[in-house]
Parts: sequence; C-alpha cells; structure tokens
Amino acid sequence: MGAQVVTITSGKGGVGKTTAVANLAVALAAEGARVACIDGDIGLRNLDVVMGLENRIVYDVVDVIEGRCRLRQAMIRDKRLPELYLIPAAQTRDKSAVSPSDMIRLCKELRNEVDWVLIDSPAGIERGFKNSIAAADRVLVITNPEVSAVRDADRVVGILEAEEKGAPALIINRLNPAMVRQRDMLSADDVLDLLAIQLIGIVPEDDGVVVGTNRGSPVAMEPKSRAGQAFRNIARRLRGEDVPFMNLDSGGNLWDRLSKLGRK
Amino acid sequence: MNDSNSLIQIKGLRDGLLVALGDAAWDDLRAALMEQIESRGSFFQGARVALDVGGRVFRVNELSELRDTLSERGVNLWAVVSESPTTEKTAQLLGLATRVSKPRPQETALPPAEEAYPNASMWVTRTLRSGTRVEFPGHITVLGDVNPGAEVVAEGSVLVWGRARGLVHAGAGGDEAAVVCGLDLSAAQIRIGSASALPSEGRGEARPAKYFLEDGIIKSEAWQSN
Repeated sequence: MGAQVVTITSGKGGVGKTTAVANLAVALAAEGARVACIDGDIGLRNLDVVMGLENRIVYDVVDVIEGRCRLRQAMIRDKRLPELYLIPAAQTRDKSAVSPSDMIRLCKELRNEVDWVLIDSPAGIERGFKNSIAAADRVLVITNPEVSAVRDADRVVGILEAEEKGAPALIINRLNPAMVRQRDMLSADDVLDLLAIQLIGIVPEDDGVVVGTNRGSPVAMEPKSRAGQAFRNIARRLRGEDVPFMNLDSGGNLWDRLSKLGRK
Repeated sequence: MNDSNSLIQIKGLRDGLLVALGDAAWDDLRAALMEQIESRGSFFQGARVALDVGGRVFRVNELSELRDTLSERGVNLWAVVSESPTTEKTAQLLGLATRVSKPRPQETALPPAEEAYPNASMWVTRTLRSGTRVEFPGHITVLGDVNPGAEVVAEGSVLVWGRARGLVHAGAGGDEAAVVCGLDLSAAQIRIGSASALPSEGRGEARPAKYFLEDGIIKSEAWQSN
C-alpha cells in the first residue's frame, strides 16, 4: 500500500505550519510508521532547524528533482527515530525551481518508500503553495485564533475547494484557554463558525514549543507537554483513530481556576 | 503563424484584449494561443486577457491550469466569456469575470439589462469564502454565508440566506429599486447602486433585515414575522 501524502498549509505566515509538520512527523514515527517530511519552502527553509537536522544536509529537494542525486540520498534520517526522514528545501534557489508536476512525481516515488509523506507548505497562495498541494491526498489548514489568520485560512480553504482538493481539516494552533475565557481571544467555536470545516485538533499555547523549536527537538517527544499531547492526538486522528478532544480548561493556574469557580 | 491566426481572433477592448477561440480542438487552440503569445511577446506582456470560449465546457483544473500558464508568461487572464453555464460557473469559482465591458456583436441585440433581469437570477448554494467574487447581470440568491473578503455583485437584488460578512452590492448597474436582504447582514458592507452602508456601525443586531435605497441613502427595515 502506498503512503498518504498530507500537506499542511495556512495562507498566513508564522501560524505554526513548520512546527506542526515536525511534531506530527515525530508523533507518527514514534508509533512505528515510516515518515518522510518535505520542506516546500524553497529559499526559506526552516524544517531542518526545527527537526534539529540542519548540519546534516548534503542534498536537497531541488537536487532530487533536477537529477543530481537519488531520492534516498536526499532523505536525511532523524537522529532519534529510525524511520523518520527529512527532504530539505534548497536554500539558494526559489519556488520556481519546482513545478506542481515535479512534486507529483517526487511523491509518487516516495509512496513506495514510506507510510506517510508530510509536506510543509510555504506561506502565501502562489507558486510554492500550488507546488505543495499538487500531490496531496489530504490537506490540513492550520490557523491561530486571530482574525487575520482565520481570514487567510478562509481564502486558502476557498482555493482548495476550487481546485477540487476535497475538504481540508483544520488545526487551531496556540489557543490560550485563559484568554478565551476573558473573551480576549477567538474561541475554537468562533473559528469554526467562519471556516465551517472539520476540526482535527486544537493545540494549546505552550512555551515549551518555542524551546523545542530552538533546540531542534519537537515537543511531541515530551510525554508531559500539553502541546505535544495535542499533536500526538492529531497524529492518531490522521491514522483514523477516534480520539476525544483534550479538555483545555483543566490546566491554567490557581487564580484562573478560582475565578472560574467564582463566576459559576 | 497563419494557421494560428485563423484559429484564434484577438480584438482590443476598453480594458484589455478579447481572445475569441475558433472552431477546433482545445489542444490545437491552446497551442495556437501559446504560439501567438510567444511570437508577439511584447504585445501580450502584462496584458489583461478575456477569453471567449463559445460553448466549450471547462473544468476547474483546466481553467486554473490555463490561468497559471498564462500568468507565467506575464499574461493576466481576467475573464472567461462563455455560452455554457458550466464554464461560467467554473470561471466564477476561480474568481474570473464572466462578462466584458464591451458586449460582443451578437449580444447587442439583447434587450437592455433592466428588461432582461427580472427573470434572470443566479442560485449560489455554497458559502462564499474570502477572495471569491460572484457577479451576475440579474438577481443573486446565496444559500450560505458570504465570508469577509468575499464579494457578491448583482445588477438586480441580492438575498443572502446565511450570514453576510463581506461585500454585498445590489443594483450594480444603477437600478435604484434593487434591495439587499438577508438573515444576518449586521457585519456586511452593503452597496446599492453607488451608495454604501456599514450596518455594523449602527446597532449591528443579528436579525433578518432588508436594505433599500431611499433618496440616495441606504435605509433598512427589520423583518417581522407577524
């Protein structure tokens, strides 16, 4: 059976596409699946840093497409998980070095090598985005609970519908339950009300994510991390398991809990 | 060159070029169009092109592929004119215009819009997301939401059976009797003719209402069930 190709995209930059790809890849690979990630952000590569594989890059995705190396040579094996691979983006080229049909060919070859292909899309809705979704079987749209990010997500969902890519699923990233309670942040319901697509996960705001990103060690590896747990749940839902959504309200500090009691 | 000249016809319009396709297989026509663009590079560079495809049926991926190919050559496809309702719908899905300002010769015989549109209406059965524009020379009914960043532009009236948070423009051809009604227009930008209003700057209540033009100003009335 061939691999599933999943693209993670958002429209807006900085909402957590790369973080989500790294964490979902780690979570899937930790359960024994063979996973390959492709960094689609040619010219602005990041995924290698977030996965802690920066200094191992020899060949990149453009080398594979232009035939300078074999696919296997560009697949960097993760240090911790034996069946997790990264195909990095080229840093000295730009989006026009790759076409949608190149991506389809590349993924076709990868389908025989692994169980999951995760593609990290660049921000925007231009060439790089079109390349990233060309080969996708499923698309995950990630957004933050912010009006501007949700607006861009809506635009991306509209394009995906127009391109007949099927309905994408939604990840809401960096939700802060305390701010939602104070009505200072959009709630998951507010976001879903506008986007009206299937929700596949809510990732709470977690300082550990920044630490993990800087250390090249995704939080999905930390058993105690809340954000890591949320990404592990999304990975299980991708595999078709029915996982209940986390109760985000159970966290919070003492004051939050007291003030919540007081309001009841 | 001679061959490709007979397959496609290029005319100047007020706001761009109109490329009319002749009677041949799409692959040949496409090749002819590309050849014209390659050989007359400076003429086409940066041009806005409207494509008259006649009765041909296009699917979304074909049109979007064409648009991408053209844009890579510096040509901006802004409209697709067609007699096929399927193709028109496809073009609208991609946010392309389906009418050009200067009517085609055979269309000048049609009655003026005011007489044509009481019977013409467009039925949209999906939510319009940011970046989508639906335009029609008659009435438009949307069975779904109009999200922020989406635009509905009708020469007649507009009914939104859902929540409208984008731009809703009725009477775009100047008809002052056009109205906008909807279940929740409180966050929309409403235009009728050349007047515009922002309901959200008023009370912004979420209840069914009708907006209409009176003495050049947009007024509203809530819908009462009794």
